[in-house]
Amino acid sequence: MSRTFVIKGARILGAQPADLLLRDGVIAEVGTGLDAAGAEVVDADGLVALPGLVDLHTHLREPGREDAETVETGTRAAARGGYTAVHAMANTHPVADTAGVVEQVWRLGREAGYCDVHPVGAVTQGIAGKQLAELGAMADSAARVRVFSDDGHCVSDAMIMRRALEYVKAFDGVIAQHAQEPRLTEGAQMNEGEVSARLGLPGWPAVAEEAIIARDCLLAAHVGSRLHVCHVSTAGSVEILRWAKSKGWRVTAEVTPHHLLLDDALVAGYDPVYKVNPPLRTAEDVAALREALADGTIDAVATDHAPHPAEAKETEWDCAAMGMIGLETALSVVQEAMVETGLLDWAGVADRMSFRPARIGRLTGQGRPLEAGSPANVVLYDPAPRTVVDPSQFASKSRNCPFAGLELPGRVVATFLRGRPTVLEGKLQ
Amino acid sequence: MKRHLISAADLSRDDALLVLDTAEELAQIADRSIKKLPTLRGRTVVNLFYEDSTRTRISFEAAAKRLSADVINFSAKGSSVSKGESLKDTALTLEAMGADAVVIRHGASGAPHRLAGWVRGSVINAGDGTHEHPTQALLDAFTMRRRLGDLEGRKVTIVGDVLHSRVARSNVLLLNTLGADVTLVAPPTLLPVAVDSWPCSVSYDLDAVLPKSDVVMMLRVQRERMNAAYFPTVREYSRRYGLDAERLAKLPEHAIVMHPGPMNRGVEIAAEVADSPRSTITEQVANGVSARMAVLYLLLGGSEPAIGAEVPA
Ligand SMILES: [Zn+2]
Repeated sequence: MSRTFVIKGARILGAQPADLLLRDGVIAEVGTGLDAAGAEVVDADGLVALPGLVDLHTHLREPGREDAETVETGTRAAARGGYTAVHAMANTHPVADTAGVVEQVWRLGREAGYCDVHPVGAVTQGIAGKQLAELGAMADSAARVRVFSDDGHCVSDAMIMRRALEYVKAFDGVIAQHAQEPRLTEGAQMNEGEVSARLGLPGWPAVAEEAIIARDCLLAAHVGSRLHVCHVSTAGSVEILRWAKSKGWRVTAEVTPHHLLLDDALVAGYDPVYKVNPPLRTAEDVAALREALADGTIDAVATDHAPHPAEAKETEWDCAAMGMIGLETALSVVQEAMVETGLLDWAGVADRMSFRPARIGRLTGQGRPLEAGSPANVVLYDPAPRTVVDPSQFASKSRNCPFAGLELPGRVVATFLRGRPTVLEGKLQ
Repeated sequence: MKRHLISAADLSRDDALLVLDTAEELAQIADRSIKKLPTLRGRTVVNLFYEDSTRTRISFEAAAKRLSADVINFSAKGSSVSKGESLKDTALTLEAMGADAVVIRHGASGAPHRLAGWVRGSVINAGDGTHEHPTQALLDAFTMRRRLGDLEGRKVTIVGDVLHSRVARSNVLLLNTLGADVTLVAPPTLLPVAVDSWPCSVSYDLDAVLPKSDVVMMLRVQRERMNAAYFPTVREYSRRYGLDAERLAKLPEHAIVMHPGPMNRGVEIAAEVADSPRSTITEQVANGVSARMAVLYLLLGGSEPAIGAEVPA
């Protein structure tokens, strides 16, 4: 017998308080003064109700690097962050480039049960950029893959990229590109600019990202395909995307929470917790990214949650691993960067963190409006408290969090996955 | 003074002048028959070298020994996370040994910053990646001061691979602190793209800058740079940016020629220039010991007078 919940007085997408009745995995009713026999009551006074968040870019590390994260620990972290679906990136060991591996990851997600796990398939075999992976087999597998990416490795060969874009049209797939021109970023360690010049770290020019985005937009237009640009990080990239969208081309883009809040001045102490790919950029880039997310040029927030064991970061900058964890702080960071600044309201947050990412991933049971008949994927979020981020409390296996010690707003009180609480009263269930 | 010397920017103008004045005092004992001072007796200085640099290590070792410190040489060349002990574990070992100062040379920019977070003693940067080499800048300033007097308003031209040079970064910062006017000369490919944020001028034309220079400092250029297209050929590089006898003649009478070593004779500097009386290259080596003594003394023993009782024979 599944449990029935009445959520009392939640501000749906920040609007006037209302009640939600969750029964048999769906939102049975939305209204005031709701009640149902045997229902458990959740007092949501002062809480904002959002649709379950959808992450387009998560590294769960399983199979292969279970010391950093597993599907179970990563999805527990996701649930704590308000997510009901994540897209698990393909750069595992072995690479998720066959139907077998993507089905394995998908099953691990089902068994863990904390949120839906949608594997991202590799574009090329072994993410080596040379030969297409069996994209169709992954699309037809139980995992129903629609998003393909060689994340971490740019599909830099223009011919391969063109073919991949064309090929996935057959099953309405999308190529999610990690835009990084490899020759312009050999040995690159941080954003190329004033800070890199001073610190003597090899620079990672903005143009290395922008050149690939421009090329890919033109390719997507030429073959009439869907392109998704991962973790956009520069003001110039935003300009190119704005132009491509103005043409009506089928281009979407994501930005990470860390690129919305942090800039490259933080690298000054050489602490590799700030080492990430793409690198933290300048304060001007941060401002442009916020504006682009607000006006919809950037469609989605995606965490690029990238767990690493402690020893991968307790080193010299050069040999440290790139990446940051972000599932458990994403909503708070977006509130700080976008809501507190007046750039987005809660409806906007729901759009960029749930509705649009679900559409890009072609997920049917996620990113639905909070109304009767929708699957009961719901987050209850308290935007009021401000707390200091303490990674020792995280459900993730890793601690490489660049927000540690920062005071951020908000707290996820409850997450419901098809009516079943994965988080209740702030605690994993 | 700050507890560590990691960047030339760690030194205020007063700090820098104090180091240079102290180095001048300490240089005098080099002329005595007994070269040792008891100042740092019982203190431990560790030379932690991840890169081969015999000259820098010997210079620090001589400086520490002349101040009676115990010196431990810890050669960690070739160490890396994959091959050997991590920098953090090495730091914890040094900490257990009670190091009062760690002199670190490392191929990674920022390694001294990381080390400073893991040890209690003073960290002295003896060259990190393409970041900084502050004691080289101090010995260079010391050499300039001995030859030319006060550096205020002096025109210093630094020529060569600025992009990859820790010597250039430290010199630009320190010379600016000391009031000198620095001009960088290099092909545009060997300058950082954001060099306009540095407190100095930039020129691509060596011949135009030389007549106005009090000091010209030539940086080492690695031949391999041409493989990454920083310049077409070594020959073209030395024709445009090398210092030969003809260019030397364009310098004012009093101007000096410096090089941090090791030199590529025939590439950035012609042999006859390196060996000319205008060249301070061997002086720089000798002055390195005095400058490093001053740094060790001020970071570790600062309250006692630098020149006091000599160690009894
Ligand atoms: Zn990526």
